Amino acid sequence: MARMMYREAVVSTIAEEMARDPNVVVLGEDVVGGMGTAGGPEAIGGIWSTSTGLFGQFGADRVIDTPISESAIVGAAAGLALSGKRPIAELMFADFIGVSLDQIWNQIGKFRYMFGGKTKCPAVIRMAYGAGYNAAAQHSQAVHQILTGMPGLKVVMPTTPADVKGLLRTAIRDDDPVIFLEHKALYGMKGEVPDDPDFMIPFGHARLARAGQDVTIVSTGLLLGFCEKVADTLAEQGIGCDVIDLRTTSPIDEEAILDSVEVTGRLVVVDEAPPRCSLGSDICAMVAEKAFASLKAPPLSVNPPHTPVPFARELETAYLPSIDKIEAAVRKVLSYR
Amino acid sequence: MQLSREALLRAYRQMKVIREFEERLHVDIQTGEIAGFTHLYCGQEAVAVGVCEHLDADDKIVSTHRGHGHCLAKGCDVTGMMKEIWGSREGLCKGKGGSMHIADVDQGMLGANGIVGAGAPIAVGAGISAKIDGKGKVAITFSGDGACNQGTTFEAMNMAVVTKAACIFVFENNHYSEHTGFEYAVGTNGDIASRAEAFGMKVWRGDGTDFFSVYETMREVLEYVRVPGNGPAAVEFDTERFFGHFEGDPQRYRGPGELDRIRETRDCLKKFRESVTSAKLLSGEDLDAVDAEVLAQIEDAVQQAKAAPRPTADDVLTDVYISY
Repeated sequence: MARMMYREAVVSTIAEEMARDPNVVVLGEDVVGGMGTAGGPEAIGGIWSTSTGLFGQFGADRVIDTPISESAIVGAAAGLALSGKRPIAELMFADFIGVSLDQIWNQIGKFRYMFGGKTKCPAVIRMAYGAGYNAAAQHSQAVHQILTGMPGLKVVMPTTPADVKGLLRTAIRDDDPVIFLEHKALYGMKGEVPDDPDFMIPFGHARLARAGQDVTIVSTGLLLGFCEKVADTLAEQGIGCDVIDLRTTSPIDEEAILDSVEVTGRLVVVDEAPPRCSLGSDICAMVAEKAFASLKAPPLSVNPPHTPVPFARELETAYLPSIDKIEAAVRKVLSYR
Repeated sequence: MQLSREALLRAYRQMKVIREFEERLHVDIQTGEIAGFTHLYCGQEAVAVGVCEHLDADDKIVSTHRGHGHCLAKGCDVTGMMKEIWGSREGLCKGKGGSMHIADVDQGMLGANGIVGAGAPIAVGAGISAKIDGKGKVAITFSGDGACNQGTTFEAMNMAVVTKAACIFVFENNHYSEHTGFEYAVGTNGDIASRAEAFGMKVWRGDGTDFFSVYETMREVLEYVRVPGNGPAAVEFDTERFFGHFEGDPQRYRGPGELDRIRETRDCLKKFRESVTSAKLLSGEDLDAVDAEVLAQIEDAVQQAKAAPRPTADDVLTDVYISY
């Protein structure tokens, strides 16, 4: 095991896979950084430091610094993938899917189906998402609810450095297109990461972050840590929480959720995206349909409000699900009847 | 450059296959038996064939919603395509794609595309891949005078130049983006190639109704782009669309007698025939024989498509993912 940051797990996994497979290429804005400047290539190395050193190690053919052209970045990834390469495209902010959505949604997500199963599109589209930096409405969003609803895409949301390592390796080696969502507030988080160069975590397998008998809490990403804190607080009071880290929202590990709810009878989903048509509402509906008889209380989803992400510190804090809000929701579900 | 008799016959046959494939679709669509939206390429055959006759399966093309001609010219199976358009599970895409989504990656045909302007960025990726491989292969995107106004096309042109992708932007100006004239919609006084030039590309222009103009122009373009390190290029062909934007389009935007005039004076098949027979490269009988063979081939494809098995409800669920 090695101890490393979430962002280090990203770049080290990419480097390992590029060394292993010459078809793996990286492209995106400032993935080299400093091209065409006095500072020269790698003057920056990516604003999230998730591509640092790749250019020096693998060269300009395989680490492709692009103009600010998100449609062309994702489109080029599509063309590379259809031509036998395994592109890893980076969108600097997940919010920028707006300017590249056709290539994500109508192109890479649909090739295999539209073309009758004769082709594969092994593209990974990485992007930094989430609130916590007071970056306001266009640089703070959680976009998984948009992408999870698109057939043909797989959607990954790692919480820990180990999950980054295992899930990103799976994404790069996967022959289907994968959206890889990295929470920007987690980039500095440290954790133990297995050394095995083939360490992979299969998609659709949730992780049980805390085990308990009384309530099921489902989340992923930044808020998973909040859920763990709530579970630890409640454990001191003799209340046991199953905290399920989904890891991937498409495919989704329905079995892990249903198995847990069959024991606890109570469900809280904690979701960083707004409430309408959300991961939270999706999971609550799924549990209501498939485990109704097990439920002892109505399932509850904790989301931000139906608003854009606000800027000021007080406003962003009020917007995001907090430890207190999650704890209140869990207590509400526990106290039902 | 003088083409061999075999090459001339092959080029003519390719154009004739596209023509008859589509003339037949135009008839069959009116019976209501063929589902969905169909956009015919008829009239533009010289462009698809004049480009693709230079290519092999390792060269890639990305096509448009008006893609039948590009698909056929790039080697997609005639019967497989007909079955696809008729919606059979034996179609080239198992009945999942239809007219606007025909693809055959093994032939280097990376897909027709229902989204106008979506193809250019994909071709840039394929062109970057060709550049990395360094074997002199290219990726070609076909775009109309409609797609040339999409931002994706602009992004793709710039990125191709910046990354030195082995990519060729073939602009087919058929004078109409859907139902709107190019002189209105293409702000550079209708000049598409000058835009590509402004992005830093070497550009060519040719007559898209003349196979030999297209073929010779593309020979030069490909000679340039196949040299590693030269990067992308663009070419604009002026051409004609013999049918509407989609089948069923009343075409009220056409001028009086326009369709008759372009069929009379701008028909690439007529021009080819006149050119090769007057130069005594092929005889009228040679070409008549091809015509008869092609008509029989299309008739056979239609009969096979009509008889081919239909997809079942279970087929809806397959081929979304490789594994899930």
